[in-house]
Amino acid sequence: MNARLPVSAGDPVATARRFRDAHEGDWRRLEHLLAIAEQRSLKALDDDELMALPVLYRQALSSLSVARETSLDRALVEYLESLCARAYFFLYGVRTSAGTRLAQFFLHDWPAAIRALWPETIAALLLTLAGMVAAYVLVAHDSTWFYSIIPADLASGRDPTASAAQLRDTLYGGGGQDGLSIFATFLFTHNAQVAILAFALGFAFGVPSALLLVYNGCMMGAFFALFVPHGLGVALGGWLAIHGTTEMLAIILSGAAGLRIGRAIAFPGQRSRLRAASDAGKGSATAMAGVVVMLMVAGLLEGIGRQRIDADAIRYMIGGAMLLLWLAYFYAPRKAGRHG
Amino acid sequence: MAEYRDPAMRRRFVTPEGVDLGLTLATAGDRAAAFMVDAAIIIGSLVLFTIGLAIVGAWFGGATGRFAIIIWLLGFFVARNGYFILFEMGARAATPGKRRAGLRVVARNGGRLTGDAVIARNLMREIEVFLPLSFLGYQAGEGLADTATTLFGLCWSGLFLFFPLLNKDRLRIGDLLAGTWVVRAPKTELTLDLIGQGAARRGPHYIFTDAQLDAYGVLELQTLEDVIRQSDWTTMQQVAETIRTKIGWTGPAGDVDFLQAYYQALRLRLERGLLFGRRRMDKHDRR
Repeated sequence: MNARLPVSAGDPVATARRFRDAHEGDWRRLEHLLAIAEQRSLKALDDDELMALPVLYRQALSSLSVARETSLDRALVEYLESLCARAYFFLYGVRTSAGTRLAQFFLHDWPAAIRALWPETIAALLLTLAGMVAAYVLVAHDSTWFYSIIPADLASGRDPTASAAQLRDTLYGGGGQDGLSIFATFLFTHNAQVAILAFALGFAFGVPSALLLVYNGCMMGAFFALFVPHGLGVALGGWLAIHGTTEMLAIILSGAAGLRIGRAIAFPGQRSRLRAASDAGKGSATAMAGVVVMLMVAGLLEGIGRQRIDADAIRYMIGGAMLLLWLAYFYAPRKAGRHG
Repeated sequence: MAEYRDPAMRRRFVTPEGVDLGLTLATAGDRAAAFMVDAAIIIGSLVLFTIGLAIVGAWFGGATGRFAIIIWLLGFFVARNGYFILFEMGARAATPGKRRAGLRVVARNGGRLTGDAVIARNLMREIEVFLPLSFLGYQAGEGLADTATTLFGLCWSGLFLFFPLLNKDRLRIGDLLAGTWVVRAPKTELTLDLIGQGAARRGPHYIFTDAQLDAYGVLELQTLEDVIRQSDWTTMQQVAETIRTKIGWTGPAGDVDFLQAYYQALRLRLERGLLFGRRRMDKHDRR
């Protein structure tokens, strides 16, 4: 091994230097273009630069392969690795504009994600109904149950000791109050947080999500058990319906999203548990982004509509129309042929 | 720096062109630091936002005041849920805190990082961070924080907090659900090649025999590269002394010159080995 190779043929000094001299300009150019594109946007690059990006990226990749095989200059290899990674993430990143993405979300992704959740949606609906019936029966038999279901600050006077007239007052004539819009905004953010929780808790095999759904049904059942004996059942229905159809649907859907995750983790089927969980997580997350939109609508309906509109018929009409609108939007058959 | 090169944290990540980018996972420390920065930004801006709106509300009162409260409620909601989602959907796939720490979010399967994955990983933050926090805060606020509930809250947060340390890919629950990773993507500068540095000043005194160069392999070479690049005087002295003893050097000392000369000679010899398809991993590698 003592024999020295001639300098020209494969001498490492010369090879390393030639390699770097030949390509450094391209690396620098790629680095420069990436910096512009990352800091501002793709629009900051002209056509030539846009065309050059993928070419420079592939050159950098091959430089990386060569450097790994022939050079022990770690600083160089690390530089190329970081440069290639940045270029890769940029070139293979999401590059559709925000507007296109929003349109895609409302036209396709969201309804599709909701439709995919249909078995869980039915389960969530049944859980809510079960909670409602159970609480109704319990409170109707023994009114002290009401206190263990509804927190005192939420009841605010609407409890078994209230008279029919007092209860009627809580349902009508809220118009003209100050701070209604604040109340509506608060309800929106609060409900959205609860919905997100119902989704996130699905991680624990869906059990907490199911409990939240049952409890949500219980609260409604308890209120009905309170109002119906006073002959105010229909009135309470209208009072709830105007925003409630949207809100309840949103909460049921977020519970369904949570149940889907729980189901994927408990019964991953053919896929690995991790894979199943992440597939379910992503689909449900899309549904959740939409649920937040629904709750925003519910907040608006509640703040504007519920307190100003006193007639039962109109309350039912608005609530019913909203429900039909949502169901049609999510489940109505639509033209196939959209890909992507 | 040491952990950055930890081979246990490196993951294969093959591009469609068939090159393994060899990404390095972010350490728990990196991520904690990034989260602290983000939390500080969120809390700081919420405080400023609150003060600003309180002034507006108090000054104008009435309808404007109510409007200010609405804006505040919505602003709080967006800060809590939107901050991470909006930043991670951007071109850098990183929040300001992550950017500072040189991190970014990546889809584990090597595909695109999609919006739904970003939403999924961040909504889970709700039960990982905010739920236990607000739970504890509420209990403390009500004066109800007895030992049992506090303990439960701490266990709950602890479970999620240390979850990334309990799996080899450092996944948070949110990462697990969204199919994402957090990797190190630092911007690295192209530095000068150490080959050829100082050669003119050194003169021809540093000639090593093949036996002297055979004392070390690639691992030691790259450690030596770090030592020279960091140019910490004491370390360089110590390393130079160690190498001189090991190879039985009798020529001129001159620590910096010696180290540079030895690095160059060793690297040339090892790179020549590479050309013949032989990579000598470290000093124990004798084939």
